Amino acid sequence: MIPLPKPLVEIFHPPATPGVLGVFGHLDATVEAIEKLKAGGHGDELTVYSPIPRHELEHAIAQPTSPVRMWTLIGGMTGCGIGAWLTLYMSYDWPIQVGGKPIGSILPYVIIMFEMTVLFGALTTILGLLLNALLASRHQGTIAYDPRFTNDKFGVFVRCGADQAGAMESLLRGAGAEEVRRA
Amino acid sequence: MAQTGSTPTRVTYDFVTRAIANTLGNPSRGYYILLGSAVTLLAIGITCLLFILRYGLGLAGYSHPVYWAVFITCFVFWVGIAHSGTLISAILYLFRSGWRTAVYRTAEAMTVFAVMTAGLFPLIHIGRQWYFYWLIPYPNERGLWPNFKSPLIWDEFAIGTYFTVSTVFLIMGLIPDIAAARDVATGWRKKLYAMTAIGWRGTNEQWRHYTRGYLYLAALATPLVLSVHSVVSWDFAMAIVPGWHATLFAPYFVAGAIYSGVAMVITLLVPIRKLFHLEDIITVHHFENLAKLCLFTGLIVSFSYVTENFVAWFGGNPDERAGFWFRAFGSFWWASWTMNICNGLLPYLLWFRKVRTSITGLFVISIFVNIGMWFERFVIIVVSLAGEPYGHWTNANYNATWADWGIMAGSFGWFFMWFLLFVKNFPAVSISEVKEVLPPPTRAGARAGA
Repeated sequence: MIPLPKPLVEIFHPPATPGVLGVFGHLDATVEAIEKLKAGGHGDELTVYSPIPRHELEHAIAQPTSPVRMWTLIGGMTGCGIGAWLTLYMSYDWPIQVGGKPIGSILPYVIIMFEMTVLFGALTTILGLLLNALLASRHQGTIAYDPRFTNDKFGVFVRCGADQAGAMESLLRGAGAEEVRRA
Repeated sequence: MAQTGSTPTRVTYDFVTRAIANTLGNPSRGYYILLGSAVTLLAIGITCLLFILRYGLGLAGYSHPVYWAVFITCFVFWVGIAHSGTLISAILYLFRSGWRTAVYRTAEAMTVFAVMTAGLFPLIHIGRQWYFYWLIPYPNERGLWPNFKSPLIWDEFAIGTYFTVSTVFLIMGLIPDIAAARDVATGWRKKLYAMTAIGWRGTNEQWRHYTRGYLYLAALATPLVLSVHSVVSWDFAMAIVPGWHATLFAPYFVAGAIYSGVAMVITLLVPIRKLFHLEDIITVHHFENLAKLCLFTGLIVSFSYVTENFVAWFGGNPDERAGFWFRAFGSFWWASWTMNICNGLLPYLLWFRKVRTSITGLFVISIFVNIGMWFERFVIIVVSLAGEPYGHWTNANYNATWADWGIMAGSFGWFFMWFLLFVKNFPAVSISEVKEVLPPPTRAGARAGA
């Protein structure tokens, strides 16, 4: 195999993020670990893995609301505008009177505007979601992971240097981690 | 929200992952027999379609004034089937209905494949399939644009949007489950799921965007599902044919669509539960709730039948009265009474808890509802047209031909083929959402269990 040039290696195979990973079997223990880490000023270095979204975890992490909703709003409004433009422009571009109705009949065009609102709103929502989550996973791809996190275990990863790793390990164990390992 | 009352205590997070991941791969003989039957039906449909392409639409049973017949009946039937999927996945999600988690994936997959099936029929119906793109507003050298006052164009936009949004919704729900399957799979499936899970690891950052995005997609899909069959109903209600020209049509069609869709979900879930040994995950409690949904929408449908007939009589319009008389006692009486009995009377059996909790009983009723709902569309479309009472020259003795029936059978083959391929290769029950309604593992729970 031909080795990749160095800048590409850094893009495709970035080095692992140093830190400590704790594997938890219980939700309340995970919450306790997060709260302890946040109290110790490590809130920004946390990555929490869970098989399902749990509000207990959301409250403990206290992240801001996802920006995906702005994508939905802007997409929906754009779709509505495109629906209005499509119907009105095309009607006046080749004006034919149908059924004695005005050339630009707003009422039936509302249906097209509605469908385009939903279509564009849904597509931009998924685009916003993918961009946000994929960018996150590019960064998070370098963080230690365990396949049990999509099954029945919760995980807490703390980004830290070798000097702090010992303290983090004992903190995670103290909160109830079943396994702790350095990355 | 938690389903502890209906879920056996041995159902843990790990149990759910293993039970659902076990449904993937190593198909049994029964699966191959079902898939083979579906492909055979599809081959029959394709053969009939090739004959129609070669010799024209004259091979179908069209005769004046019945120019909308079995193909449009199948179109409306399949669009209707598609409706319960989004109802269960989006509307019940917004209502925070916990029981939907075990059944919504099947319903959503059914939605996507049913819309794919429905979309074929307008193309078959137009006869010259190679001109289908005339429906799309595209700049052309003649400077022509579609007529946006026509319900057929509204329909194209509605169905196109519905297909896109329901597909996106299905794929989005699948991502965390594919990741869960990836982490327990081996061999080529592991590679397939690793690629299709697009890097999902269940981090707090991913869930933060995912839950928000899912909520907004559900919020968009909810009015969409109500609009789509309303728009389909306006294909008829905007015309002046007696039996079509009614303001009742939009709610009547939406209720009918959900009714038939829920029945189809039951028809599909019963064999899947048995074949895949999912009795602990899809319980009688879920079937009972589906049956209640079926009963509720069935009541709206039977109320609509009564209203329709009452308005035809009370309205005093002689053409409308004659149309409804022809429907009940004319040459198509058998179709009307099949519809009335299957949709208007049979659902009343679901008032009884014993029937709602009998899997066999529900399966049989759901098949009759499917048959009844197909005939409902046949009655509305073909019988209304055949009975147009504008003079003797309009009355037609419509007879569907082998080409009509063959293509209809092919549509069932097409639908079941996609559905069977899906359930064997992707999680047919949502792994992460079933876990959401289980009590989470806690230290207190572990102590109590020990």
